[in-house]
Amino acid sequence: MFGVSVVVFLLMQLAPGDVATALLGPQATVAAKEALRHALGLDRPLPVQYGVWLTHAVRGDFGVSIATQEPVMDLVLPRFLNTLVLTFSSLLLAILIGYPVGIFAALRSQTVFDRGAMAVTLLLGSTPPYWLGLLLVLLFALRLHWLPVSGMYDIAGNGGLGDLLRHLILPAITTALGPAAIITRMVRASVRDALSRPHVRVARAKGLPRRRLLRRHVLRNALPPVITITGLQLGYLVGGALLTEVVFDWPGLGSLLYTSITARDLPVVQATTLLIGLCFVLANIVVDLINVLLDPRLQEG
Amino acid sequence: MDALTSTAVASRGRPRHWRLAAFARDRAAVLSAALLLVVVVACIAAPLITSVGPYAADDSLRYASPLTSGYLLGTDQQGRDELARLLWGGRVSLAVGVVPTLCASAIGLALGMAAGLARGLLDGIIMRTLDVLFAFPIVLFAIALAGAMTPGINTEIISITIVLIPYIGRLARTAAMEVAAMPYIEAARAAGGSPLEIARRYVFPNVLSPVLVYATTLMGLMIVVGSGLSFLGLGVQPPTADWGAMVADGRIVLNIAPHVTLIPGIAILAVSLAFNFLGDGLRDALDPRTGRRSRAA
Amino acid sequence: MTNDAMTTDAVTSDPVTGDVVLEARALRTRFGSADGGLVAVDGVSFALRRGRTTAIVGESGSGKSTVALSLLGLIEPPGRVIGGEVLYEGRDLTLLSEAALQAIRGARIGIIFQDPLSSLNPALSIGSQIAETILAHEAVSRAEANERAVELLTHVGVADAARRAADRPHHFSGGMRQRVLIAAAIACRPEIIIADEPTTALDVTVQAKILRLLHDLQQEMSASLLLITHDLGVVAAMADDVVVMYAGRVVECADVDTVFHAPRHPYTRALLSCMMGIEGSRTAPLTPIMGAPPDLRAPPPGCRFAPRCPDATDACSSWSAHLLRRSATHSVACRRVDELSARD
Repeated sequence: MFGVSVVVFLLMQLAPGDVATALLGPQATVAAKEALRHALGLDRPLPVQYGVWLTHAVRGDFGVSIATQEPVMDLVLPRFLNTLVLTFSSLLLAILIGYPVGIFAALRSQTVFDRGAMAVTLLLGSTPPYWLGLLLVLLFALRLHWLPVSGMYDIAGNGGLGDLLRHLILPAITTALGPAAIITRMVRASVRDALSRPHVRVARAKGLPRRRLLRRHVLRNALPPVITITGLQLGYLVGGALLTEVVFDWPGLGSLLYTSITARDLPVVQATTLLIGLCFVLANIVVDLINVLLDPRLQEG
Repeated sequence: MDALTSTAVASRGRPRHWRLAAFARDRAAVLSAALLLVVVVACIAAPLITSVGPYAADDSLRYASPLTSGYLLGTDQQGRDELARLLWGGRVSLAVGVVPTLCASAIGLALGMAAGLARGLLDGIIMRTLDVLFAFPIVLFAIALAGAMTPGINTEIISITIVLIPYIGRLARTAAMEVAAMPYIEAARAAGGSPLEIARRYVFPNVLSPVLVYATTLMGLMIVVGSGLSFLGLGVQPPTADWGAMVADGRIVLNIAPHVTLIPGIAILAVSLAFNFLGDGLRDALDPRTGRRSRAA
Repeated sequence: MTNDAMTTDAVTSDPVTGDVVLEARALRTRFGSADGGLVAVDGVSFALRRGRTTAIVGESGSGKSTVALSLLGLIEPPGRVIGGEVLYEGRDLTLLSEAALQAIRGARIGIIFQDPLSSLNPALSIGSQIAETILAHEAVSRAEANERAVELLTHVGVADAARRAADRPHHFSGGMRQRVLIAAAIACRPEIIIADEPTTALDVTVQAKILRLLHDLQQEMSASLLLITHDLGVVAAMADDVVVMYAGRVVECADVDTVFHAPRHPYTRALLSCMMGIEGSRTAPLTPIMGAPPDLRAPPPGCRFAPRCPDATDACSSWSAHLLRRSATHSVACRRVDELSARD
């Protein structure tokens, strides 16, 4: 996390253009710009600037948005929540689709279902997610009018869970499909591998009923390694969520990042990036925890 | 054959023509290679194929659907020829996919091999640095980088290269460590080979193979990621177009003229798939032990 | 002895040697498709008698392990049992549904496999892997199953069983794991135990102990043991009856004394002379069998041993190579068996 913050800070230093000029306009005199820079602490050495920034950040104070002059935290926090909603529902979808399909494909290896699943996942894995989103919008929103085109709630409506869900469907599916495809393939590979292990045959020879055999001797062995890798999918998924937010005008961190980058609104960009990094780290911790719980070998240390 | 040469044969496995034959057996890979070749040639030869340039706007012919006379793939909202834009834009999209991957492969390979072979302090330093980069979701990092610098094709290439280095570096490191643990390396050392010599002759070819396979698949992915950046406006700037930007352009007219968005998307999809198949074919050809008979296996 | 040119028909209950509990008749198992596939077991017939130990012996690739798996329907695609019968308790096991087979496996017929290092699930405790057999077939509580598992562990020689039952397999050595597997196989007191090369993967010193264990358990449960092995030493030590296999077929079938002291099939004789060097004259050279076993994708016509047989004639390659009965307990698949025994 420390490394993340350093990188974020350094990145912002790379940004071309001068903050003072951005704030005061190109007409400002050199003296005025110098004064502003001094006031903002921009003429102090870099590590000092970083230290100051970090202490502010930890307190939740990211300064003020250059564009809107509001405190950055006020802008960012509600969007943080929205992004979380999208991210976690996509993650849930990806898992709910990926695991069963992967397991089924492995059990019905080489059948039509298996081959079909492999073909579909291959396609989905190669599709640009934002394009897929647009495709879904075209089909379901514009042509079939089943679902809304964009946004999180109906502007005219009064919110509510049902409305939220209707708006959530397309973005969540769009974000989920890529990772779901990858999860399906990984689960399938792992289950097939587990099925070929000798102890499965031994279990069959003991006369164990099929379901119990699958649970204890196949899935129990096949799933833990996949769960670890699912953790790595989070990165991909979060990135996809960001893109999806832009496509669907979902008011989250992703669309905020997009607008603030375009507007060169540094404090907002820094805060947003940092928070996204935080999400990611937190989610990874959760995955690690789940992993420890599920893998008995790790438990013994 | 002396000891060193015979172990060299052991490491390199079968002679090259066998590998080509193995590759040729994978129909999907061969088809993909052919497709990519056609696409690359078409894009390079863009001026020869289309008479109208990608910037020539014709207001009277906005949103023409595909197969209108003179415009094979229709026109966009400014009346520009879709086919021309596709071909010219393809140059950018392909470059953004291929160039950074190659650069990152070279750098990642070197770093990974150094880390994997040297171990100890050097390994620690390299991997810690790369780990920091690993912490970021790949797309986020690319966006942040591209956003921090002036948007443009160079920025895109640099940001994607930086993002990829840790992934390839890690792979190269693991491969190097695996090879270094093999008994024939011991034998080579015992036969009097110098560390550099051993690295060059035995470790390098065996690390190159998995990196090459990985890089091929990555190229397909990076075309998708790169077009994503352009979609967000962080890549090439108008009026230059690449496939991602074309998708973004078509977004406004999605309802009226979906072909503007659909066509470049299909192009990205097709090329990405092709790289995927190519990578699989390469893997099966280069390492027969992990090879599988059929794609679905 | 009469020269019966009859095939071995249904082996009837012989008052001298006991009832037949399990019988294979013309069993055929193939891997792959009809064209280009490999018939690993091609018309194998033998009988396992109650309370006795029958050894199936042969080289690698002779099909003996495949026979063991075929008996219980454990062959998986691309393999299939394509012909013959496996008679047990009046039913043909090859025709039974998976559910019916599940009821028999582990409960009535137990099987021990050859690789103890990978035959146990690394994610589960060994105690639970024994208890699950009991839970699958008997209506007992989990606690009771676990208790019995601990008793079984003690019985097969695992010290401190109560504590060790909760351990995972990687805490155990190969020999100990094989004991665990044996415990799981006999947990429901099956009347037939099939042991597929139970000691091949173990150190020599451990082998003897495991074999001893198997023997003791068999005696105690009055079970019948079908022992698959390539080691003639094991056969000599453990078996009452021997079935010799070569290239997917049975070539000789007799009680152990006959096989070791009066073998009649050229392959059996060659096999014995390969290993008897240590007992015989130290200066006499070991006589290997020339050539190699045939590729079963394109097996030689007629008698499959003919290409390597020192006594083969042209007619051997067009003979159907079925078992010829020489006595109630001795069958040989050699058309020249009488001439050759008269000669010696």
